[in-house]
Formats: sequence, structure tokens, C-alpha cells
Amino acid sequence: MRYAAGVDVGSTQTKAIIVDESHAIVARALTDTGAYLVRAAERAFESALSEAGLPREAVGQVIGTGYGRFKVEFGDAQVTEISCHAKGAWALIPATRTVIDIGGQDTKAIKVSDRGEVLDFAMNDKCAAGSGRFLTNSAEAVGLQVSEMGARSMDSKQPVRLSTVCTIFVESDILTYLAQGKKVEDILAGVHGAIAARTVALVRRVGAESEVTFTGGVSRNIGIVKAVQEKLGVPVNVSPDSHFTGALGAAIFAMERVLAGSAMTGSEVLA
Amino acid sequence: MTVAPEIRYQGEMHQLQKEIMAKYYAEATAIAKGNGRKAAHLLIAGNPVELLRAFDVLPIYPEVNVLQIAVRKGSLPLIQKAEELGYAGDNCAYVKADIGLFHSGYETPFATIPKPDVLVCNYVGCNVYLNWFEHLAELTGAPAMNIDIPFIRTLDGEPTADDVTYVVKQLEELIVLLEQVTGRSLDWKVLTKIVERSAQTGELWSQIKEMTKLRPAPYDAYFDSVTMMAPLYTLRGTEEGLRFFEVAHREMTAQVNRKQGPLPEERFRIVIEGPPPWPKLRVFRDMFSRWGAVAVASTYSTVGGLWEFGFRHDPAHPLESIARHMLSYNVCNRTFLQRYDQLERYVKEWHADAMVIHSVKSCRLFSAGQGDMREHFVRDLDVPTLLIESDLEDPRYFSEAQLRNRIDAFFEALEQRRITAGRAAGGVA
Repeated sequence: MRYAAGVDVGSTQTKAIIVDESHAIVARALTDTGAYLVRAAERAFESALSEAGLPREAVGQVIGTGYGRFKVEFGDAQVTEISCHAKGAWALIPATRTVIDIGGQDTKAIKVSDRGEVLDFAMNDKCAAGSGRFLTNSAEAVGLQVSEMGARSMDSKQPVRLSTVCTIFVESDILTYLAQGKKVEDILAGVHGAIAARTVALVRRVGAESEVTFTGGVSRNIGIVKAVQEKLGVPVNVSPDSHFTGALGAAIFAMERVLAGSAMTGSEVLA
Repeated sequence: MTVAPEIRYQGEMHQLQKEIMAKYYAEATAIAKGNGRKAAHLLIAGNPVELLRAFDVLPIYPEVNVLQIAVRKGSLPLIQKAEELGYAGDNCAYVKADIGLFHSGYETPFATIPKPDVLVCNYVGCNVYLNWFEHLAELTGAPAMNIDIPFIRTLDGEPTADDVTYVVKQLEELIVLLEQVTGRSLDWKVLTKIVERSAQTGELWSQIKEMTKLRPAPYDAYFDSVTMMAPLYTLRGTEEGLRFFEVAHREMTAQVNRKQGPLPEERFRIVIEGPPPWPKLRVFRDMFSRWGAVAVASTYSTVGGLWEFGFRHDPAHPLESIARHMLSYNVCNRTFLQRYDQLERYVKEWHADAMVIHSVKSCRLFSAGQGDMREHFVRDLDVPTLLIESDLEDPRYFSEAQLRNRIDAFFEALEQRRITAGRAAGGVA
């Protein structure tokens, strides 16, 4: 059996995936990116190797993706996370035609073909409003962990209306609501609604063709998934591996290189 | 990914441009030092430079000055100076850099910019520019005139006869003002000769632009066009300006004959809309070069005039043709639908694979509507189109990692399309 790996160095977390020839995931790893991207990439890859019980040389090709893709120094090539999320989402849910990915600083809407190829994409502008970082700051403002936000927001009866999706100003908005005695769950539902509204506007720019698959770390927040689904008016898929979608896509591109014989350039990976 | 190929093409045209622009700026500096010659400050969009040249007034384009400063990494302190004076963060960064330049004594690394003896504003660009020139009038005390240019309201994009008359009357007023400023009368023979040279320049420039229809395109119609744009504005109508375009034409023809382009291999042909990010020009160019992407046409190169669809200045009707140039033959005074049409012609007739829109953060007036433009090209015309954003003058808006990410993803997807199409056609990918 031959193996290939994808390492997704995101702005917040670094993910690694190892796949076999059938594209089945044999190992996953997740670590905080921190300030040292090269080390984060190595840490994630080594952790995935150890989970798979494979020596390094068993992995034929490694592709780096995400913002730190050029810092995957042991990698054989780089592919952007836009191509990788498309490929990964298609691998997880083959009927996917639209991918929503909310990462630490980026929100993307990607239109994909029936082969997982990118047909069109739209992203937020330079500002990180309404991205994962917005969520982290909101969680801090109400004294919760990011992982607790989704479930808690489900108890909301009267969501607040945030005046901003600015990652900086959201904190003062939230503090104002707390001072008014608003419930934490209602504030969180307001936060999720604001993110969903911004995300759906982005999705409409590429066209929300079914099926829609939500990927990236933020897809683990049930409150946001629900809010996006309501605003979009169509069901939204979330795979248990949604957090690893980019790394999976990279691993599949890497496996295509392995199967084709490794002497390919980065661009040919996409074949 | 492949390593960015070295940009090989740095030919005679580029060298000559450096020389004549240095000479032009030496003339500007001589005026600033008090040689007695007059200088006018004017705007690029729809510039009536022929009239100034007829009075031997040196045309000074604040936009050209500040973009030259931005390329040399000097724009931010000037912008911040204007912000200290109260200019807003999202105000046009060209305006702020020029106001900052005024308050820095008009000293640049390449010239001392003379204060204007006359300010020739026009309403081709935007209302922010009117306020800019009003502020310059206040600061410098120079007489100012605004030429009101009606927006094009006809379906065919041609100005009405009344519009032309309206602008001609204002040009006649400008002549009176220039006579007062210079103390001499207009010599119509001189103006006619200048307009004739502008017509010849327009013809050469138009032919140069036609050449990028070929494969490979002999030069990059965005990144190399900007080299030709400075002489087109500052020296149009002069013998030196005309000679520059003769040299450029000859050189590009030779490139065509050698089948040589600006990159070792032309892999993607793109049309670019919007001005370049001057503070990061080289970095931005490399983002495209590494994919083998060559611009075959650009709207930015038509900001100061649009010649490739047939317009020429007319020595038999100098003022009328200057009026038409200002009204209809520059991208800024055209309607959005005409801009669509211009871009669509570029994509089709110049055989482009895709379009890239570079949106300007500090210019909402030019950038508003580019989201719809992207959708129109993607959905209605099936032209892969990328919308990216930074700024033409303010380096703070340039986020290198984000831009690279979007550009890489765009070309990855184009490559995918090509491979899939190749397979569908039974070819070898």
C-alpha cells in the first residue's frame, strides 16, 4: 500500500491527514499553529505518522496548503486551500457543488464541479470581519471557550442584533449587551446570526447550488451551521472530518502525484 | 509551484522612457527653480494636454508624480501627512499623497515639482478630484478652472452635438485663461501641429495595442503598458513623445517578428481591470508571472485616452476632437455598460482566457460595481474572473499573503479547467 499526506497550515490551527491509495483517511492530526509555522507543520505531520504507525518514508508525497503552505518545508508541492477544500469536500461528500469554508481569518464560498474542481470562488476582503477570529473574540468577551459556543447558543429564545461584524468592535458590542442584562445564549445567537448573514452573502456571489458542504474549523459550531442553513434555505452538510477538509484535499492531490509517478510539477498535481 | 521566471523583457522602449521622463522632470525642476516657464497641474483622465503644449506650458500630472513616489516606496509618509491635516482614512490616496507632497515642499527623489501657475481640473474623474484641485487652489493661490464634462448618456456611447459644443465653449474659456497666465495669444498653427502629432501618436499607440492580439503577446498590456502611459500623457503632442512611440512601435514589431513575449512562456492570457498597486508593483507582477500569465489588454491603459477603438485627434477640428477625447474616449467618463462592453471586446478580440479585477480600496467611485462586473463576466459570459483588492497608492492596504492566495487559487482552477477540457476533447492533458 502506498500513502500520501496533506498538511494544512492555517492561521490558527495546523492539520495533517494521511490517506491510502483509495483516499481513505488513515491518520489525522491537529495542533495550534502558533508563531513557528515550520515546527507546527512538522509536529502535525509527525503526530499523524505516529497515529498511522507509519515511518516517514512510507509516505510518498506531501502537499502543503493553507496560509503557511510554503512553510511545509518537507513538502513536495503547494496547493492553495481553495483547491484543497474543494477537493476535500468532494471526497467527503461527492454530491457537493458548493463549499463554505470559514477559517481563522478567511471566509470562502467555492463552486465545485462533479469532480471536485474549483469552478468559481469568492472570499471576504482584507478585513477578517465575521471569520473564525471574530468568533474567538466573541467567546472571550462572554467568558466561554469557542467549543462551548454552539451548544450554548441553541438555548436562545431572543437573539440580539449585533451592530457590527468587526472582529475588534464586537467585544464592546457584547459588553454593552451584557451590561443590559442580556442572556449569554441570546448574545451568542446574535454573533452566529451575524456571521451567517455575511457568509450567505458571499455564497450568493458564486450561487448556492446544492448540495452545500460546510468545511473548516468553524463548521464544528452547530449554532453557525444552523444559522447558515436557515438563511440559505437549503440543508448544509457537515462531515465529522470537516475540520480536516483542506488537509484531506491536499493529501488527495499528493496521492494523485504518487499514483502518477512523482515527477510532476505543482500545477500538474491538479490533473 | 514553479519559481517565478525572470522578467526578461527590458528593451529599448523601457530605457528610452527612463531617459525622456528624466528629461521631463528636469524641465519641471527648472521651472520650480524659477526659469520663468509656466506649469499647469492637470488630471490624467481625459487630459486636454494639447492646449497646454500650444502655450508652451509644462503639463504636470499630480497623479503621475505620486505614483512615481509610490513605486519608490515613498507614498506612506505623504499620505500620513495629509491624514494629520484631517484627510480621512478612506479618502483617495492619490489626493492625500499629493497634498502631503505639497506640504513637503514638492520635493521628490526625482524632481522638484513646480507649483502650478494654473490648475486645469475636469469632471471626467470624480467629485473628489474637484475638491482636490479646490484645495490646491487654496494652498497655492493659482487660478483654477474646472472643465465640466457631462457623463455619456447615449446608448451608442457617442457624445451628443450639444455635449461637444458645451465642452468646446469651455475649452475656449481655458484658452482665454491660458492667454492671461502666459501673456501670449494662442497660435492656431502651433495647436494644429500639436493635435496632428497627437493623432499620429494615437495611431501608433493603437497599433501597438493591436499587437497583443497575437500569440504570444509581444509585451504585457498592463505591466508594460504603464511604461508607455507616462509619455502618452506628459509628452503627447510633442516631437519627443511621437518619437518615443515610433521607437516603441518598432521594438514591439520586432518582438512580434521574433515571436517573443515578456515571459519565457505565455500560458494564460488575461485582461486586467483597475489600476496597479504602485507601492508593490514588482511583487504584484511576479504573482502573475510565476503562472505564465500575460495581460493582453487592460482598461487602466485607457484612463488617459482610448484609442484602440478608432478615436483619433483631428487637426482639422482641434477643439472638437479634444472635446470628444474628454467626453467619450477615456474609460473614466464611460458608463458602466460601456466598460462591460470594452472588457468583453478585450476578452473576445484579444483572445483572453480570463479576467482579473484589481479593485482600489481608496477609490470607491471607480471600484463600485466591480462585484456586479465579476458576476456578469462569470455568469453571463462564462469568463473566469477574479476580484482582488488593495490600493493604488497606500501600501497599508496591500496584504501580500491574501492576494497571493487568491491569485494562486484562481490559476490553479484555470489550469484544472484546461486539463479537464483537454481530456474531454480526447487530447493529452
